[in-house]
Amino acid sequence: MTVELFDATALRADFPILQQEHHAGVPLIYLDNAATSQKPSAVIDAVDDYYRRYNANVHRGVHKLSEEATAAYEQARIKIRKFINASSKREIIYTRGTTEGINLVAQTWGRANLKPGDVVVSTQMEHHSNIVPWQILAAEKGFTLKFVPVLDDGTLDLDAYTRFLNEGGVKLVTVMHVSNVLGTINPVAAMAKQAHDAGALILVDGAQSIPHMPIDVQALDVDFFVFSGHKLLAPTGSGVLYGKRDLLEAMPPWMGGGDMISTVRLEGSTWNDLPYKFEAGTPSIAEAIGLGAAVDYLSAVGMENIQAHESEITAYALDRLAEVPGVTVYGPEAAKKGAVAAFTVQGIHAHDVAQLLDAEGIAVRAGHHCAMPLHERLDVSATARASFYLYNTLEEVDALIAGLYQAQKAFRV
Amino acid sequence: MQDMYRENILDHGMHPRNRGLLDPADVDYEANNPLCGDRLRLTLRVDENNRVTEIGWDGDGCAISQASASMLGEEILGKTLDEIRDIDKEWIFEMLGIPIGMNRVKCALLSLKVLKVGLYGLEEWRRLEHEHEDDE
Repeated sequence: MTVELFDATALRADFPILQQEHHAGVPLIYLDNAATSQKPSAVIDAVDDYYRRYNANVHRGVHKLSEEATAAYEQARIKIRKFINASSKREIIYTRGTTEGINLVAQTWGRANLKPGDVVVSTQMEHHSNIVPWQILAAEKGFTLKFVPVLDDGTLDLDAYTRFLNEGGVKLVTVMHVSNVLGTINPVAAMAKQAHDAGALILVDGAQSIPHMPIDVQALDVDFFVFSGHKLLAPTGSGVLYGKRDLLEAMPPWMGGGDMISTVRLEGSTWNDLPYKFEAGTPSIAEAIGLGAAVDYLSAVGMENIQAHESEITAYALDRLAEVPGVTVYGPEAAKKGAVAAFTVQGIHAHDVAQLLDAEGIAVRAGHHCAMPLHERLDVSATARASFYLYNTLEEVDALIAGLYQAQKAFRV
Repeated sequence: MQDMYRENILDHGMHPRNRGLLDPADVDYEANNPLCGDRLRLTLRVDENNRVTEIGWDGDGCAISQASASMLGEEILGKTLDEIRDIDKEWIFEMLGIPIGMNRVKCALLSLKVLKVGLYGLEEWRRLEHEHEDDE
């Protein structure tokens, strides 16, 4: 049954890339949305319009082009503030993406606050971008990293989380909102409350949540929330670090340069106000404007509608995948899961699965999806992953299943 | 049916030749392809004339990496170390006889990497790997 308010087939007309053939005579079925999303004309046009009509640097010129560029760049920040319900636009720091957001927090807040004896709690399901920055800093600062294990059902071992907090010394919890492999939706609001009760801060990696569900950072009561624009219809090189204002105010800057300073003297410099303190150098202006356009587009469609549509697709995909002999799907049941289905096919390596599906016009990803510790936990070297978005349809899931039967035929399994 | 999965690739991929490790062995080297999770360990016996007399390997990975190991093993059996030195990337692509896209090059070349590093050391492999890189 299709959700009444939502017509994915009609939406597809907004995405030029979906109109083309993947190979001659084979339409494109794009199921690699957890890697990056496709872009609607509204976003492409916003970027195009900036470059064609008012390309200029921001916060500098008094000329008309620069004023227009600055206004569009700052307008996008306000759109993003509303989209995640931050209390101030000063809490919206532009980054190049999730990875940069996490590294920024590690190199500023982390560098200033973490010392031997302190503990940072992360999880076994994290993307490498939420493991490696902390490992690098731990080697330098001598604090301890603890990882909450993943249970057999693909959810976090929350008893272990509670235990880690009770053991003391925890200064920061850093966790992904939705797993890019298992699809697990982690209970970050409850985890935030527990972290705060234990005197710790919490950073949430929203890369895989904000494209697919309404996000209210104040309701979640998280201290930092980071995401990439390109996974929510916006250009690559756009992204956001949200942080609570008092925390951001107290944090030292990261990169030094233009735009982040108030005054510069050879004896020393003073820092600009938020958010510019963390935005050294000429930013990704077109990308930020594109992110603003993406937020407008998603808001017009409605995040609740998108979430409902994707739940339907994911539940259907899991049902259909379960029909295929030799297919194992990883992660929790559909109700507890984002729009991701990572799976293996017995007798066919994930890369071969992806390659054979590609021949049918179906784009999926194969590999460890930048989550090697999780794949070790699952005891598989690689999985194939189909991930869905607002423009995907049930018919595309049917094509995926047919493609898997084709692959099995080719490999005679 | 896609070009990449021609009969010979599927045949070697699913029925690999010379699988199973030699113990003892004169050469024993393992490497992996961390991006894909492909893994390959190669063992060789070499006689007094530097000729490969026995070969055994073990590993797991995609059909391309496994077929490449299986086919390369058959090719080098009976060859001398000097003859093996001449094998390069292009030789492997010709041996496989299929179009190898950029994303699958590492799968196709894992067997060559293990062989070259195992026999001649890492430097020799690096030289080979980066050969012709600036040609385009």
